[in-house]
Amino acid sequence: MTTATMISTPITAHWRDFLALTKPRVMTLVVFTGLCGLLAAPGTIHPVLAFTAILCIALGAGAAASLNQWYEADIDAKMKRTANRPLPAGRMDRQSALHFGVGLSFFSVILMGMATNWLAAAVLAVSILFYVFVYTIWLKPRTAQNIVIGGAAGAFPPVIGWAAVTGDITALPIALFMLIFFWTPPHFWALALFVKTDYAAAGIPMLPVVSGEVVTRRQIWFYTAIMAVAAMAPVLLRLTGPVYGTVALLGTALFAVFAFQVYRRRESDQARMQPERRLFKYSILYLFLLFGAVVVDRWVMA
Amino acid sequence: MTPEEEDIIRARQKSRSLVTGLLLGFFVILFFAITLAKIGTSDTL
Repeated sequence: MTTATMISTPITAHWRDFLALTKPRVMTLVVFTGLCGLLAAPGTIHPVLAFTAILCIALGAGAAASLNQWYEADIDAKMKRTANRPLPAGRMDRQSALHFGVGLSFFSVILMGMATNWLAAAVLAVSILFYVFVYTIWLKPRTAQNIVIGGAAGAFPPVIGWAAVTGDITALPIALFMLIFFWTPPHFWALALFVKTDYAAAGIPMLPVVSGEVVTRRQIWFYTAIMAVAAMAPVLLRLTGPVYGTVALLGTALFAVFAFQVYRRRESDQARMQPERRLFKYSILYLFLLFGAVVVDRWVMA
Repeated sequence: MTPEEEDIIRARQKSRSLVTGLLLGFFVILFFAITLAKIGTSDTL
């Protein structure tokens, strides 16, 4: 078969490849924080509508992931970690991924609007557009601060979950947004320090590659400090109760200890990155704990 | 296209149709449930 006929023959992709396109594993944190936003909101929502709202957040995240891979197929092909994704591996044609992503975007936003309210649907639409246009297309290939701004896309779910119940956005969902927003840089850069990536080969300016490890470690510490303020803001503004206050104080203190250790180290040997791995693993637990505490507080206060 | 390749594609099409069918069935049930939930809360309007 010649190259020309290979290109003209449409690929019948397996349904599992469409599922892989939505990055189901990344979705867990998105679904969890969205659910916490929904459960922390005052007022009641019918369980079926609550389920639909969370489903829409998951579908929207899947749509954004699909469009991200549609746009980055050439970049993914150049990196070992991503070369086996459906598009770079040649198991699916780009058109299918584009249609799937656009279709899923519209479906999730319209279903959200019909089932809950159009404010939640609008924020969902903004988060998808932000991830695809602002992060993937505009900032990711241009600046080493890409994941800082891109983190905003991951910070939307609790706001959407909250808005689905109340139809408004108040101080607490904004505080939760800020928490995830400032949590993303230390979380992601800790990973970037110990995972040997080939971002450089793909032409993506990741901070450790562009500015070096010392700068990355300093930035991790810098964003941890801002994150700590965001984590304590709900306590200081009296938006949450004693459970969140305790968990946030202890959890953030431990986060700061781990981040400070990473900040003070000068180590580039991949085999000796235990503190960096610890910070990364703990950062995931940290977010689960704090969001869980917001929900527990809501139930305690009710 | 060899018969083997055609068989693989036929099998994929079959499984895709099956998954699409199941998803459609799921959304029929979900939309019905959403409708009931919406009717149930409409008396507050």
